[in-house]
Amino acid sequence: MKSGSNLEKVFVNGHFAVTSELGPPKGNDVSVIKRKVDFLRGYVDAVNVTDNQTAIVRMSSIATSAIAVQMGIEPIMQMVTRDRNRIAMQSDLFGATALGIKNIICLTGDHHTFGNQVNAKNVHDLDSIQLINMVKTMRDEKTLMGGEEKIEGDIDMFIGGAANPFADPFEFRALRTAKKAAAGVDFIQTQCIYDMERFKEWMKMIRDLGVHEKIHIMAGITPLKSAGMARYMAKNVAGITIPDALIDRMAKAAKGSDEGIKICIEQIQEVKEIEGVHGVHIMAIEWEHMIGKITEMAGLLPRPKVE
Amino acid sequence: MIKAEQKPFEEILEYLAPYNKILLSGCGACVTVCHAGGEKDGALLASALRMARQKIGKPLEIIESTPARQCEPEFAQELADTVGQVQAVLSVSCGVGVQTLARNFPATQIFPGVNTLFMGETVAHGVWEERCQACGDCILEKTAGICPIARCAKQLLNGPCGGSSNGKCEIKRETDCAWQLIFDRSKALGQLHRLTEIIPAKQWGVQSRDSGPRRIVREDLKV
Ligand code: SF4
Ligand code: SF4
Repeated sequence: MKSGSNLEKVFVNGHFAVTSELGPPKGNDVSVIKRKVDFLRGYVDAVNVTDNQTAIVRMSSIATSAIAVQMGIEPIMQMVTRDRNRIAMQSDLFGATALGIKNIICLTGDHHTFGNQVNAKNVHDLDSIQLINMVKTMRDEKTLMGGEEKIEGDIDMFIGGAANPFADPFEFRALRTAKKAAAGVDFIQTQCIYDMERFKEWMKMIRDLGVHEKIHIMAGITPLKSAGMARYMAKNVAGITIPDALIDRMAKAAKGSDEGIKICIEQIQEVKEIEGVHGVHIMAIEWEHMIGKITEMAGLLPRPKVE
Repeated sequence: MIKAEQKPFEEILEYLAPYNKILLSGCGACVTVCHAGGEKDGALLASALRMARQKIGKPLEIIESTPARQCEPEFAQELADTVGQVQAVLSVSCGVGVQTLARNFPATQIFPGVNTLFMGETVAHGVWEERCQACGDCILEKTAGICPIARCAKQLLNGPCGGSSNGKCEIKRETDCAWQLIFDRSKALGQLHRLTEIIPAKQWGVQSRDSGPRRIVREDLKV
């Protein structure tokens, strides 16, 4: 065991893992976290706690993750390189592990100009691959970055990363995931999948590189709420492709939200069959109360109890 | 070369409001090339300033001069006599030139007339793009001659972010994604395998600005 986290045990025991997201409050209102935790508890193996997602200031990922631990749900703390240099990130890793956080996802982060602090000075001391490697060094070599100084204690983190099979250049996408595997990632969550054909093609490239045998790939799923949302995302979100057929299906449905859930369940069943996919990451943004229903309908309950 | 752009006219007028005799010093090098502050653009600015001040009944006398390179002390020294005759200097060179004048003429107020923007390349007539951030430890040999530090909005060293789409950057959609360019050129050169190597974290503290202002000393060239 690298970290002894619940998520790691689920994978090690060969179960199909389920994670979802928990966006921290835009302030210090702990009841927001509690409400979301109550929606998710029992339905997922761990939850991603986002780190100032879309560069909007929120409660820190560490504080929210620590509160989640207290509330009895396992966090996957996200850490972005946008806002902190290697000194701050290593220090935060000491603190996070001391607070009982056992999973991390290493990301570059959304660009600061997308958020509510457009005039901020960004950092980008490291990129996500270098961050992955830093955490691995801290865990496996028990030294700080640079390899000299010994750490007092153990940085037992299960290390995650992200992949977007739908961004360009497509040919580089699997190679980049292979680089993350080489840097020391244990699992990968993908961007939300709507274009299943392209996802399958990417998975084939992943298998051809043998990456699926080294790391756990989790397919990203986001239920669509309406045809309008689908059209908006297809047009405005860089790195997301939604096939017209799917948008049409949403538009023709009697009730968009029901159809969205139906599609989401079909997608989960479809990715489950793909060789090398070891779990799903369900990103039901501000729709956390649907996670119970989705996981139940997709046959993912009860979640395994692992030791 | 260094690229710059003239400051807003109103801002320049405001700096000069207290004075009635100034030197407008251009620079014959980089800013001339990007039409921000050479002899010709300096002359245009000078006449616009004279007219604006004439209009409000507070005429401004402007002496114009354009050293070949304002950032070299010997050229800056050519201005010594003129500087002695004026109350202030408006420098339409890059920020380096402004500082050369400030160092050489400690008793005179020197105002910047341009905003210095970046080190860049002329990609078409009238179009300049950033190319280098002088990081001090060039890695262009690893990235097919295209700089991700200067040209990727997130300074990624190991491949494109998840927002790279149709060759464009997600941050500024009119800008090429640096990593798409790196990929395309590496592929065309048959060098894709180079991109599978992990580029380690940069040692920013050693040679970059993060260790404080840098300095080059060539003993062999000292007199
Ligand atoms: S790697 Fe550094 S020195 Fe080389 S072009 Fe980029 S910023 Fe300039
Ligand atoms: S789209 Fe390309 S250039 Fe823009 S931030 Fe991402 S990798 Fe960098």
